Amino acid sequence: MKLSTYNFLTSMAIKGVKVGFPLKLTISKKEVVESEFNPTFVERILPKLDWSAVYGAAQVAELTEDIPAVQPENIGENELLLQKLHHLLFEIDVLEGQLECPETGRVFPITDGIPNMLLNEDEV
Amino acid sequence: MARMKLRKLEEYLQGVDGFEQPKILLEQYPTPPHIAACMAHHMQSQHEDIEGKLVGDLGCGCGMLSIASTLLGAQLTVGFELDGDAVDTFRGNVVEMELPNVDCVRADVLQLIGSKWEKSFDTVLMNPPFGTKHNAGMDMRFLEVALRLANRAVYSLHKTSTRSYIQKKALEWGARGSVVAELRYNIDASYKFHKQKSKDIEVDFWRFEIGQE
Repeated sequence: MKLSTYNFLTSMAIKGVKVGFPLKLTISKKEVVESEFNPTFVERILPKLDWSAVYGAAQVAELTEDIPAVQPENIGENELLLQKLHHLLFEIDVLEGQLECPETGRVFPITDGIPNMLLNEDEV
Repeated sequence: MARMKLRKLEEYLQGVDGFEQPKILLEQYPTPPHIAACMAHHMQSQHEDIEGKLVGDLGCGCGMLSIASTLLGAQLTVGFELDGDAVDTFRGNVVEMELPNVDCVRADVLQLIGSKWEKSFDTVLMNPPFGTKHNAGMDMRFLEVALRLANRAVYSLHKTSTRSYIQKKALEWGARGSVVAELRYNIDASYKFHKQKSKDIEVDFWRFEIGQE
């Protein structure tokens, strides 16, 4: 699971959960994959992302030196930051870990790179 | 990156593993490599809907369409699949082919409405369950979700017999649909109850253009 994908995942399908975001991420195993840097794409996807969850993911991935806590303005002109965001969002592959619902504590396991967001019938 | 040729793409897709034991209730028919290659190639060559795009694949199964999209240069492809065995095969395919830009999420596609994925994908592609196995209308429920998640285009396969209904529903959901091609979809004798060795059904390959609000 890439950290860009993480930024879209919620537990809002659980009955009674209001926001279900951001999920609390734990990484127990990750690997770095190489992906072609496309600055235009990074800039284009940013408005769809929640910066606090981007920063949260950077903390868990231990890349906070690269990513500021508050979203800077005019990121498009900062190629170095775009490159670091690209690395964080598209090159870190979480293989094992978990996502935890901030409201109910329900845990969604990440196994072999795949987050399991399926809910039981009695949870929806 | 130079775009991959159609023939090369199909060759790669022939190496994608399919369902080990297809499940009847989930209508796990694999998308044949030839059809997947032609679909993805059309999306890129005619509409530039793949390269450098964020692409979603609903009911991705073992990843045939997701992998086709990745091979044609999608920046990130995210497949959604309910079935645990299928996602394992998906992951195996991605690891074996060493594809970095593709993710798989195990989730119920029907629960994606109202999620943060809405309007997030440039392109959504899918080979939905046709809704012939005690789940009538399932392809339409998938289509409704797809049209909500995409901000540009949706590509899908539906039985030709439902063409006018689909046209009408798509308009209701704010999208203009057009049939790109009519396919003879060959379903292999995946299941024991198929008496014939294989069976062709008539299927439309659709492109839906999302209306600008």
